[in-house]
Amino acid sequence: MMRRYVIIGSGAAGVAAAETIRTLDASGLIWIVTADPDGYYSRPGLAYYLTGEAAREQLYPLPNHYWKELGLRWHVDEVERVDPEGHRLVMKGGKDLPYDRLLLATGAKALLPDTPGINLEGVLKLDTLEDADRLLKLARRGQHAVVVGGGITALELAEGLAARGMHVHYFLRGDRFWSGVLDETESRMVERRLQHDGIFLHYNTNLVEVLGRGGRVSGVRAKTGDDACEMACSVVAVAIGIRPRKELAEQAGLLVGRGIRVNQCLQTSHPDIFAAGDAAEVLDPRSGEYVLDSLWNPAIEMGSAAGRGMAGRMTPYQKLVPVNVTRLGGLVTTIIGQVAAKRDALLVDLDLPGIMRGDSEVFRQHPDAVVAQSLHDGSRLRLYLSGGRLVGALIMGEQALSRPVQRLVRSGEDLGELVPQLVAPGARLDEKLWEFVKN
Amino acid sequence: MLRNLFHDASRKNMILVSGYVSPEPGRCVQCGICTYNCPIGIDVRLHAMRGEPVRDSRCLTCGECVTLCPRGVLSFEKASPASLKQGTGR
Ligand SMILES: Cc1cc2nc3c(=O)[nH]c(=O)nc-3n(C[C@H](O)[C@H](O)[C@H](O)COP(=O)(O)OP(=O)(O)OC[C@H]3O[C@@H](n4cnc5c(N)ncnc54)[C@H](O)[C@@H]3O)c2cc1C
Ligand code: SF4
Ligand code: SF4
Repeated sequence: MMRRYVIIGSGAAGVAAAETIRTLDASGLIWIVTADPDGYYSRPGLAYYLTGEAAREQLYPLPNHYWKELGLRWHVDEVERVDPEGHRLVMKGGKDLPYDRLLLATGAKALLPDTPGINLEGVLKLDTLEDADRLLKLARRGQHAVVVGGGITALELAEGLAARGMHVHYFLRGDRFWSGVLDETESRMVERRLQHDGIFLHYNTNLVEVLGRGGRVSGVRAKTGDDACEMACSVVAVAIGIRPRKELAEQAGLLVGRGIRVNQCLQTSHPDIFAAGDAAEVLDPRSGEYVLDSLWNPAIEMGSAAGRGMAGRMTPYQKLVPVNVTRLGGLVTTIIGQVAAKRDALLVDLDLPGIMRGDSEVFRQHPDAVVAQSLHDGSRLRLYLSGGRLVGALIMGEQALSRPVQRLVRSGEDLGELVPQLVAPGARLDEKLWEFVKN
Repeated sequence: MLRNLFHDASRKNMILVSGYVSPEPGRCVQCGICTYNCPIGIDVRLHAMRGEPVRDSRCLTCGECVTLCPRGVLSFEKASPASLKQGTGR
């Protein structure tokens, strides 16, 4: 009999699973059920859609006929409930769908603070294409916008709104940007560039209330230290982190932690149900802890591994050292592995109580390591060395070393004589690394 | 600012660069900026997604895609003129 595969979620993990299943099972029935009417698009690309660097239609990497060629069936609806014993799921629209193998690729959702007024029209987040469309509709040249939160998404919101001609006020609860991952020098480098682009930074500032008129945002009440203030604005953009969408798994009685708990083959505690992508919590072989990521490529890799398992070819997922390449205030920045500048990095970042998009909990691990850093030509290189190996790196600005360093961290290669050279006071890390990789 | 400088430089480099565009697929987030900006309409993103170098004989090696990719996915690999002529196109 034909096997029935159902995938919940049309993101990177869900689509990668469908593609993989099709390569292994030419005749099986594959359903993608998704709550997102826009289907599959580049979510990291949303930031470039906001700045105008990418057109909306460009965010769809695959043409419509591709899905037909893959023989996929799409259904747009929200899944309300999964019944593991009955092997079926129930959708909000009332439809009932049976499955033999199920994938939960439900991603994560943006958190909103419980600040009074947070439900007013004009409070925005950046989670989906629909959110980005809404933001572009509300962004008005010459008007004021307030951004709260931390990390990459808050910057993307601030830069997108500024690119659309808004006067952007970025409220930071602490005294610097993204203190969980960047060190102080790096935070200041980014902040200076934001200010140069006309973004106003307000340090030690808490959003107290979003003020409204006729159901729409008209301003904010905030507190800087003990001083209260009010500011008029038409938009409040929020990025305080994300949470894995684990509700379906929880309600179905599957094992969950902070995300949906999976084994090495991405199987949940029920053998016919798999989970992958931002929703899943996987074992990090290096730290021995279950960790969350919100990264595009790991989501694809997890989706593929889960797809293989669903089609009967159980394959362990090899969790690589996480990498993200992003732009911070226009500075291209590569983050690899363990880079937290301080212990308890999550606690020190008041703007981000958990992880956010383009983030990994591994980035927040503070390695028991020696740090080496250098800064020149407006670029920054920070390396963490442990047991003769490179365990984390942050490269800001000039990116020529980014690929070789990524390879060194991922391979765990013994650096031998290079280590004392790197930690010598005043060492030019880039030169030493180039000599090493060229030999 | 820097981006604009690079941008101009890349235009001057038209046909001066000999080589082909090579992706590192693990860094690509499928945003489409490369495809959007390729002057002759090569779907560079598709190459990046599949991990295939752009061996399209129409490629001008103008560097637009390499320069504008925000994730450092694309770079020029050196190639002899003979190997470039064997480009398959898509
Ligand atoms: C603005 C932004 C910037 C980002 N920047 C980066 C970056 O710089 N680098 C990077 O690597 N990653 C980045 N990411 C993260 C990356 O996009 C995610 O890691 C990736 O999309 C995760 O894929 P996924 O398939 O697990 O989940 P998602 O892409 O979130 O897809 C989840 C799917 O599940 C569906 N769904 C959920 N619940 C239900 C339900 N009950 N019923 C039906 N359907 C449901 C949703 O509609 C959606 O289609 C960014 C994301 C965003 C939004
Ligand atoms: S511009 Fe870069 S990240 Fe975007 S699709 Fe092209 S190769 Fe991928
Ligand atoms: S180098 Fe120029 S012509 Fe060649 S693929 Fe890139 S953008 Fe297109």
